[in-house]
Amino acid sequence: MTAALLQVAQIALVVLLAPLMTGLVRLIKARLLGRRGPPLLQPYRDLTRLLRKDAVLAANASWLFRAAPYFVFALTWLAASLVPGVTAVLALAPTADLIALIAILASARFLLALAGMDVGTSFGGIGSSREMLIAALAEPAMLMVTFTVALVAKSTSLSEIARFIIGGGVGLEVSLALALMAVLMVAIAENGRVPVDNPATHLELTMVHEAMVLEYSGRHLAMIEAASMLKLLTYASMIACIFVPWGMAVEATPHALLLGLVTYVAKLAAAAVLLAVFETSIAKMRVFRVAEFLGGALMLSLIATIVRLMSEGL
Amino acid sequence: MLDVILLGVAALIGLGITGALWPRLPQANVIVYGGSLIVSAVLAGAGLLDQLRPSSGAVAALSLPMGLPWVEVHFRVDLLSGFFAVLLNFAGALISLFALGYGRHDAEPRRVLPFYPAYLGMMNLVLVADDAFAFLLSWETMSIVSWLLVLANHRQEGNARAAFIYLLMASFGTLALLFAFGLLAGAEGGYSFAAMRAGTPDAWAAGFVVILALIGAGSKAGLVPLHVWLPLAHPAAPSHVSALMSGVMTKIAIYGFIRIVFDLVGAPQQWWWGGMIMCVGAISAVLGILYALMERDLKTLLAYSTVENVGIIMIGLGLSLAFRASGVPEYAALPFVAALFHALNHALFKSLLFCSAGAVLTATGVRDLERLGGLIHRMPRTAVVALVGCFAIAGLPPLNGFASEWMMFQAVFTSPSLPQPLLKLIVPLAGVALVLAAALAAACFVRLYGVLFLSRPRTAQAAAASEVEPTMTVAMGLLATLCLCLGALPALAVKLIDPLAAAIVGAGLPSGAGWLFLAPVVGELNSYSGIIVLAVMTGFGLLVVLLAHRLGTSRLRRSAPWDCGFPSSDPATQYSASSFAQPLRRVFATVVFRANETVDMPDPGETRAASFKLGLWDPAWRLIFDPCARLIGFLADRFNAMQFMTIRRYLSLMFAALIVLLFAVAATAQ
Repeated sequence: MTAALLQVAQIALVVLLAPLMTGLVRLIKARLLGRRGPPLLQPYRDLTRLLRKDAVLAANASWLFRAAPYFVFALTWLAASLVPGVTAVLALAPTADLIALIAILASARFLLALAGMDVGTSFGGIGSSREMLIAALAEPAMLMVTFTVALVAKSTSLSEIARFIIGGGVGLEVSLALALMAVLMVAIAENGRVPVDNPATHLELTMVHEAMVLEYSGRHLAMIEAASMLKLLTYASMIACIFVPWGMAVEATPHALLLGLVTYVAKLAAAAVLLAVFETSIAKMRVFRVAEFLGGALMLSLIATIVRLMSEGL
Repeated sequence: MLDVILLGVAALIGLGITGALWPRLPQANVIVYGGSLIVSAVLAGAGLLDQLRPSSGAVAALSLPMGLPWVEVHFRVDLLSGFFAVLLNFAGALISLFALGYGRHDAEPRRVLPFYPAYLGMMNLVLVADDAFAFLLSWETMSIVSWLLVLANHRQEGNARAAFIYLLMASFGTLALLFAFGLLAGAEGGYSFAAMRAGTPDAWAAGFVVILALIGAGSKAGLVPLHVWLPLAHPAAPSHVSALMSGVMTKIAIYGFIRIVFDLVGAPQQWWWGGMIMCVGAISAVLGILYALMERDLKTLLAYSTVENVGIIMIGLGLSLAFRASGVPEYAALPFVAALFHALNHALFKSLLFCSAGAVLTATGVRDLERLGGLIHRMPRTAVVALVGCFAIAGLPPLNGFASEWMMFQAVFTSPSLPQPLLKLIVPLAGVALVLAAALAAACFVRLYGVLFLSRPRTAQAAAASEVEPTMTVAMGLLATLCLCLGALPALAVKLIDPLAAAIVGAGLPSGAGWLFLAPVVGELNSYSGIIVLAVMTGFGLLVVLLAHRLGTSRLRRSAPWDCGFPSSDPATQYSASSFAQPLRRVFATVVFRANETVDMPDPGETRAASFKLGLWDPAWRLIFDPCARLIGFLADRFNAMQFMTIRRYLSLMFAALIVLLFAVAATAQ
């Protein structure tokens, strides 16, 4: 019963926090660039404004184009509510382990890439094609990271991993440090951040995600924007849950839950600050350099796995 | 169960004879396909009941005084052949239903009607064969009947060559199996499977048997590099036969492989077998889907994706074999169940996709992706079922393809319990290949669906397409529903396969997860539930639709596409299949396929046309088959001189051969 209530709370919390996190990233980036930047709550205003606007569809858009934003949002929301943030006591936690979670996000991407192809414009196609390329490069690295973590924690279930690490089952691990670097690179690529993609750009040839959703407007665009905010939150929570789970409530006592909430918000804020600092300190790379970037992530994660296997004596 | 299958085979052959005798009858189509539908449905239902019965460990066996004079023909049904019979007949029944509609559009039905039911019958016969003669005979008949089906449209360009290469590769595969059985039978010549099971071949002979089985069954299943016939022959056949060949016959090949390697070879297991099979599987999975990504012919693309999926199944089987050989059978069950579950899933979604391709072909007459597009508007029902198929084959939740791939990943993650260091390193790499193949498959099927069903029609044929008739859409709808059901409740299929794993690898999966969840790993809490993902996704989706329309507005306007302000009405400005593949080609195919692009852009003022050439280099042909063909041609030219000798020379040649043989006998006798 508690687990079910906490699950409902988690579902509500992620959807409320996601725009705030994106707002924080944008604000800090603007400040770092010497601009005043939009207010912290601007993403909420953007979303409600988009919801109120008419949706304009291309004349030949199909039902898939109209349905995709809702499903993309629903799938991303599902993924976000399965990652333990405040507490590891979640009723739906057994629904999906880390592999299934990544795959749920991949389903959302599949739909969005299809939607990008629907109207039959060259921008939609270029976005979809590149998005699928980035996914094909990122997913093997993500699997190896999962493998390393599973070797350490003996589980692929996120709540079990968090419990194991909070329980002090692991000291300083070289393999986990390498896996953390790999997963950060994957997260940057998956969320379309600099240097892989630029979420702020509308300069045609450099965009991937923005090109794919170019034809969307109104409530459909609101769904897609909200989904990408949720995806950023999902990756931040996931990395926090695996690598810095301390503070998360393992049992559902009020005291522990309050501590969990405070540390969760603090972790998300820290992730936003780090992301903003990283993005302002690096330039966007050419799309074919992404293969090297993510190939590096795969190599790091492979080394992490081998280091872990060696430390167990093969 | 055995009597039912044998009666079914007889009925199917009877239907084939009917089709051969009266092909011009107006109802021939209905009789043959309707009959196949009924027989397959009965066999599928009876097989499923038999498989689910608690006492189904019982084995039915029968020997008939037929065939060669000194041996009887043995038939037998156990859990393994029972499972594959269910797979074959379920898919067979639905494909026959599809063929009821599709067959009417066939140009030359008399080239298809006699062989289609016989093909189904022969595949059933392979499953029940219980000695080497019966197995090879039905295996070879199955190949020849399908060869005739590949030749159905023999006047179409390339089909005759495809059939020729198929026949060559099929004979080569059967030859390998013949040697495998010969080694298993030993010097005494115990050609019944029972005798082979009882005997224990020495380690080297057993190793050879595994390699020969990998070549023989692998060439039929389409493992790289023996896959070359598959993308030629599968698309050449009529689409419902392509569905049978790709969706079902590759599974019969997998059955043959499991039968020999897991069952007949017996006790002395070597760990390197598993490692070798996994490597071959991993290479097939990645190369197969890369080939598919480069391909622009709809049916050839689907055939290449079969190569990928067979590779995935082989990774599972290899891993299971490695666990069994290392003495940890409790871990061997998971990859085995995952492999068979994936085989079942692939039979369903590949049949579905080939049927959709058949529907598209019926509606437009075009197989080239670059000349299609926008069919979601013209063929709405086919578009929905094809979307389900694409989701399933791309290995995405909540469809069935993901459930089996998820189990495969869980199996890969148990590899640290293997004792051999080398395997511990190979298995994670096989895992990387698996996920790379899955991610590339997602890209491949976004490309397929995006270019075929979405976007704007690229030619007049595509623009003038219309939805196909209800029998075809109903059959595809049933296949799609099965994909969805097995995706939502994978535990149902796993429960069907579990007793089989217990019988073959000596251990079952840990029970107690219930039917809502998959939790297949010994002693761990990793779990996945397709139905909860499906339910929550639908619930959230409906909720946000409601909220967005309530809180915001439900107004909608249609206008010209935005396209950054410069929309073009020319469909040629869209992304095409080749341009979609371009980034992936540059990253993945420049080494393996030596992909190169030459752009010839005339200077301003010149009036000649610009051109773009894409060069691909097929490693299987260039490195293996072309040199082989040249060698055989060279030798044939040398031996050609023997055709024009006098009778005296022929006789002296025979005399010399006799002398040499006598010396050989004398030398070995000492």
